Amino acid sequence: MVSKTGVYVCHCGENIAGSVDVAKVVNYSTTLPGVSVSREYLFMCSDPGQELIRKDIEAGIVDRVVVAACTPRTHEPIFRKALEDAGLNQYLFEMANIRDQDSWAHWGDKEGATQKAQRLIASAVAKANLLQPLQQRYVEVEKSTLVVGAGVSGMFAALDLAGMGYKVWLLDRNPSVGGNMAKLDKTFPTNDCSACILTPVMVQVANHPNIELLTYSEVEAVNGSIGNFNVTVRKKQTYIDWDKCTGCGDCVTACLGKTDNEFNEGLDSRKALYIAFPQAVPKRAVLDQDSCINCAGSHIGKEHKINAKSGEPMLAPCEKVCKTGACDRTLAHDSGGESFDINVGTIIVASGYQAMPKEPFKEYSPDSPNVITCMQLERILSATGPTDGEFHRPSDGQKPKTVAFISCVGSRDKNHHVYCSKVCCMYMLKEARLIKEKYPETEVYIFFIDVRTPGKDFEEYYNYCRELGIKIVRGRVGAVDQLPGDGLRVRAYDVDMDTPVTLEADLVALATAMEPSAGLADLGRKLGITCGSEGFLKEVHTKLYPVETSVKGIYIAGCAQGPKDIPESVSQSRAASSAAAVPLTAGRVPVEPFSSSVDQEKCSGCGICVPLCPYSAISREEIDGKVRAGIEIALCAGCGVCAAACPSLAITLQGFTADQIFAQIDALTSVAGGGPID
Amino acid sequence: MSDWKPNIIVFACNWCTYQGADLAGSLRYKYPSSINIVRVPCSGSIEAEYIVEALHKGADGVLVGGCHPGDCHYKEGNHKALRRFNLLHRLLVDMGVEPERVRLEWISGSEGKRFAQVMNEFDATIRKLGPSPNGRNGNA
Repeated sequence: MVSKTGVYVCHCGENIAGSVDVAKVVNYSTTLPGVSVSREYLFMCSDPGQELIRKDIEAGIVDRVVVAACTPRTHEPIFRKALEDAGLNQYLFEMANIRDQDSWAHWGDKEGATQKAQRLIASAVAKANLLQPLQQRYVEVEKSTLVVGAGVSGMFAALDLAGMGYKVWLLDRNPSVGGNMAKLDKTFPTNDCSACILTPVMVQVANHPNIELLTYSEVEAVNGSIGNFNVTVRKKQTYIDWDKCTGCGDCVTACLGKTDNEFNEGLDSRKALYIAFPQAVPKRAVLDQDSCINCAGSHIGKEHKINAKSGEPMLAPCEKVCKTGACDRTLAHDSGGESFDINVGTIIVASGYQAMPKEPFKEYSPDSPNVITCMQLERILSATGPTDGEFHRPSDGQKPKTVAFISCVGSRDKNHHVYCSKVCCMYMLKEARLIKEKYPETEVYIFFIDVRTPGKDFEEYYNYCRELGIKIVRGRVGAVDQLPGDGLRVRAYDVDMDTPVTLEADLVALATAMEPSAGLADLGRKLGITCGSEGFLKEVHTKLYPVETSVKGIYIAGCAQGPKDIPESVSQSRAASSAAAVPLTAGRVPVEPFSSSVDQEKCSGCGICVPLCPYSAISREEIDGKVRAGIEIALCAGCGVCAAACPSLAITLQGFTADQIFAQIDALTSVAGGGPID
Repeated sequence: MSDWKPNIIVFACNWCTYQGADLAGSLRYKYPSSINIVRVPCSGSIEAEYIVEALHKGADGVLVGGCHPGDCHYKEGNHKALRRFNLLHRLLVDMGVEPERVRLEWISGSEGKRFAQVMNEFDATIRKLGPSPNGRNGNA
């Protein structure tokens, strides 16, 4: 049967037409073998554009469709739907990528881009002529979701889905839910107390019948695809029986081991046996083995030593005070914790960010205890912090008279991160305002490159801060010097005054960048989703698919996707939960029918393909007395490794057959690039 | 010969290199229009015959683009591509194909800039080598 292929060339406004001679390309297309019609339109993906395609199919002019436009990664589904609506099998469709991979990349080289568009269309037509109708497959969806990260984003995503009636696993690697927001004192632009708005949500997720908390846990491995992800979770070893622990804190008081307190950003110490913070949910104790000093010679998993005088076993202080028996050091705890599998239909990643430490910024005297990050200052200002909310500087506990803030530390800096961390201007203004309102006599200076306050009520907040007497200096800070005593000297350039300035300060706060949380790239790899060049997880399309990832069924929210403030994080997490609910509600999802099939006539039964299949979908089976390869379609993911390896050319990968690729190669080389082809 | 433009075929896996090429375009990184992409699901699906056929039909250069090791969408297709490619490469060199004409690169979906860099570099290499002797543009 001779195909009747229709070629539809999109201008994409000026995006394609600005670099490709569309009329020439359309004329050329009509000369290609198998092409029955070629048309152009300003926006082929718009309804009138799709209508051109539908009409040609319905009129019987066209039975294969090639759209030359943007990328199939975003627009293939749209055009396939148009084919289906007009009664044509949706897989009789091919796209020629003449925007992302042609006009945009070769802007200014109209001749080259036009010729390339012709080659790419010839290639797509050659493939389209050989396309066969395929049947879409469906898989049933497991009606549950895993949310990775239990900060404010993850908690809201979990609550939404749980509220719709779906089972949600809410995982966090820390012992408590709450994330970075739990460390904040107040939140801009309303200055409401972070704990007052966050802790009720923490309790809500813990009490919701559809939510199961997996705190102090990590994602170990992810297999499967949308509808049926199999996730191996590792619950880290707490050394305390959480079923018995009541969170009374007696063991924490008794514990003698000490280490830096992460929750207070290292400004004070915590015990080896600790509860993450006073409002922790779940409020359970965790033993950090690295800082445990094994009191009374009591090592984990060993019998207690016997007191020579009394004949009694010698208990460690933590065991002595525990009234519930949750703390038993003689048990053979597995230091690796416990691994188990869960099955979920969709996954949301909301793993958050980390604030950069001060150490990389040698020019700002990080050795001085009075040079701190703004996250540390947040803890100092917080009523639950190391100073109980009293404004003291770390070196001597004195109240600072002059405070200097430095913006864009690690952000907008090609030595660290080129991006803007987006929230620093506002959180500096907030911290400055909290200080100025509580201690009006304090001199507060903020050194900015630019003040960026684009948000609802943000500019008003900035103006109010200026009225309070907070001094804004525009100019990059070159250095912070340590002075004799505990003082500091800030050296900067005042751009507005066009002069160098110096300021003596008692405390310097660095607005360090938000960066991807540790291990994000590794998590992305396990999930099969990509990170952008700046290390945050990448969405499919910035504008249209902002919470979708390159893996169907996995969604992203909050600062794992990029720096953002709390209102934006919550909005995005609720968008992600809504996107993740779509397949759960539908109950089944379509999967592409690009699987491999074996021609039993050609197969020699050699078995080369069997161990190559990454999904163990192929086995040798006896068919009519002969050994042949058999493919279990439900397991086949359509990678094509078997087809490429088969020495008898017996395996075909549907949608990407060898014949189709050879036809593409032929088309691309027969109009080879040596000069104009018309 | 001065206005000769090479014809290069890039077999790009759908999940990494094809995405990288899209990103290069959307960030407006420039590379020569001699680069023509054939989209395949996985670098592991690229048959040795595709590369041989492309050279035979007159392509002046062939590049295979896949996900970085460990990042394959299909677990380990790129490892298979690597093993297959190394074997084929040796064979092609024995047959007289200049080793630089056929290349394997790992380019991820986030490496738009690197995609353009690799393509610029590959085009320059092929220009230096001149038209493929096997091709229609060459002398053979």
